[in-house]
Amino acid sequence: MADIIATNETILVVGGGISGMTAAIEAAECGKQVILIEKGPSVGGRVSQLYKYFPKLCHPTCGLEINLRRLKGNKNVRLLTMTEVSEVSGEAGNYSVTLKTTPRYVNENCTACGACSEVVDAEFDDAYNYGLGKRKGAYLPNKMAYPQRYVLDPQIIGTPDATKAKEACKYDAIDLEMQEESNTITVGAIIWATGWQPYDANKIQPYGYDRIANVITSVEFERLMDPHGPTGGKLLRPSDGKEAKDIAFIQCAGSRDRNYLKHCSRICCMASLKQTTYVRERYADEGKATVYYIDIRAIDRIDDFYQKVKADENVTFIKSKVARIDEDKASGNPILHGVNTEGYHRYANQHDLVVLAVGMEPSVAQDEFPVKVTINEEGFIEQDEANGAIFAAGCSADALDVNRAVQNATASALRAIQVVNRAAGMEG
Amino acid sequence: MSTMNQAKVEKYRNDFLKEVTANVEEGEWVKMCMQCGVCAGSCPFGPYWEHPPQEIFMMIRAGKREEVLTSTSMWMCTSCYNCIARCPRELPITHIMHGLAHYADRLGLAPKNQPTRKFANLFWNNLTKKGRANELKLGIALYFMNGFIEGIKTALKMQKMGLNMFKTKRLSPMELLGGHGIKDTGGLHAILKKAREIELANAEKFNG
Repeated sequence: MADIIATNETILVVGGGISGMTAAIEAAECGKQVILIEKGPSVGGRVSQLYKYFPKLCHPTCGLEINLRRLKGNKNVRLLTMTEVSEVSGEAGNYSVTLKTTPRYVNENCTACGACSEVVDAEFDDAYNYGLGKRKGAYLPNKMAYPQRYVLDPQIIGTPDATKAKEACKYDAIDLEMQEESNTITVGAIIWATGWQPYDANKIQPYGYDRIANVITSVEFERLMDPHGPTGGKLLRPSDGKEAKDIAFIQCAGSRDRNYLKHCSRICCMASLKQTTYVRERYADEGKATVYYIDIRAIDRIDDFYQKVKADENVTFIKSKVARIDEDKASGNPILHGVNTEGYHRYANQHDLVVLAVGMEPSVAQDEFPVKVTINEEGFIEQDEANGAIFAAGCSADALDVNRAVQNATASALRAIQVVNRAAGMEG
Repeated sequence: MSTMNQAKVEKYRNDFLKEVTANVEEGEWVKMCMQCGVCAGSCPFGPYWEHPPQEIFMMIRAGKREEVLTSTSMWMCTSCYNCIARCPRELPITHIMHGLAHYADRLGLAPKNQPTRKFANLFWNNLTKKGRANELKLGIALYFMNGFIEGIKTALKMQKMGLNMFKTKRLSPMELLGGHGIKDTGGLHAILKKAREIELANAEKFNG
């Protein structure tokens, strides 16, 4: 890793999700030198954890694959995984950035054969599946991970598992001596694309996510549908492993609520509408979905989608913010309590499974930014002259869907290109 | 119908929301309600009210003055604060309910036989007399709240408990003669008088 070449004409992109990849590829395809860093072992971010995504309902294996191919084929992008920014100093056109790279313990020789994973015994919660399943101590981050290289969990280093993994590798790809590295590079502009995380549903006390097994979040629901997910694509509910056919979706779980997130997260209405189609896809006429909402915020072409879902007889819309959820002890069914404000009907409805359409919050907390940028009260980066040549892309800038995140990332690539062009011009 | 009620009807003719905003304590919050229904669903007494809070807010906006102010609903609030804790817009719903009840009472529109209203009046008069609650007098007043015969019946039913409280020095029959109070009763009355003046002056200001 000693050979990172960067100058003040280089653009640094922080975060390898759909926004970071887009910004990096767009700038690189314009002939600019780009360094793309990603904290995790693989690029793809939250989009790679979806079953299908808006607006065309493509699987990430298709939509994301196009970006991966562009990334692999471009010589102007240098990708560094397991790397974070620890320090930034300097000014627009001349930043000094310190990067911290944690060891993967697997080098470029890896062919992703999986022999190491087979011999390792230790298992850990799989963060890729939001903890719904387990993964081995030596693992491939996900099926379409890029780079296609295994990772050793730092928790097995120094245990017999690590030695077993090393011995099982036929390609001399496992290097247990790898150490944390720190590199300081010079760049002209920085694109900040650290994205979002689902709002912590445990904080929404009345919905019982922390105590009722069959209350899950929308991101977990995506993993259940994924054929490569923890249930092999079956909608098995957590309490008893039975197939869930009658599913409730609760909108604004954490969003538009001054007790939690003040802002509207924008994606959740569309996500739930999309997920009602999953239920129908899986069970045809047997699948039932009920959406509890304050108001459905479907925008532009998404409204067509809303009308289509609304026309479906097996999908019911109830205008109500659910007050609380408790559990039917015998069946494990969650019971939703509230008042339907269309007619003021009080209800206590049982469903097989409840999906909380959780809100979006920035993945970097306001006080954890390694550099001073203007951040709004929701925690997103504002566009501001005071930020110099640090530009937010995608969900670092606002709560956005994939479509808008990609547009936003392209715009930030253009801003960064202007800065490095200026830097190049000054040197004549 | 009180003259104050007549004046308000004249002034706010078709805009009950404006009237509530100007005259009801915390009334300016009513317009912030987004009708999500979480208060109605969270209220432990919800199933027993005629109109849960979110419905009352909608009725205010729809100008249903008579129905809101003569309703028993806001008198049902027990101040558990569940609705305030859960309201996504942080409306002080409990306080608005009490504000509406108080306003209806001032206008003379509150339902006469609503027990919460009766109790509130008894308690207030009992407390403000000497600055301390006189439990014996309050208890007796409560027994007879619903008529003389009803009062005798309740008193007989509670006889044993009263005697026990007397034995354990929790109740003094001497309280019937005046009873204990704070040192400066006159001072308390002056404070309450001043508070009433401020309240009336404020109401006058809104009346413009």
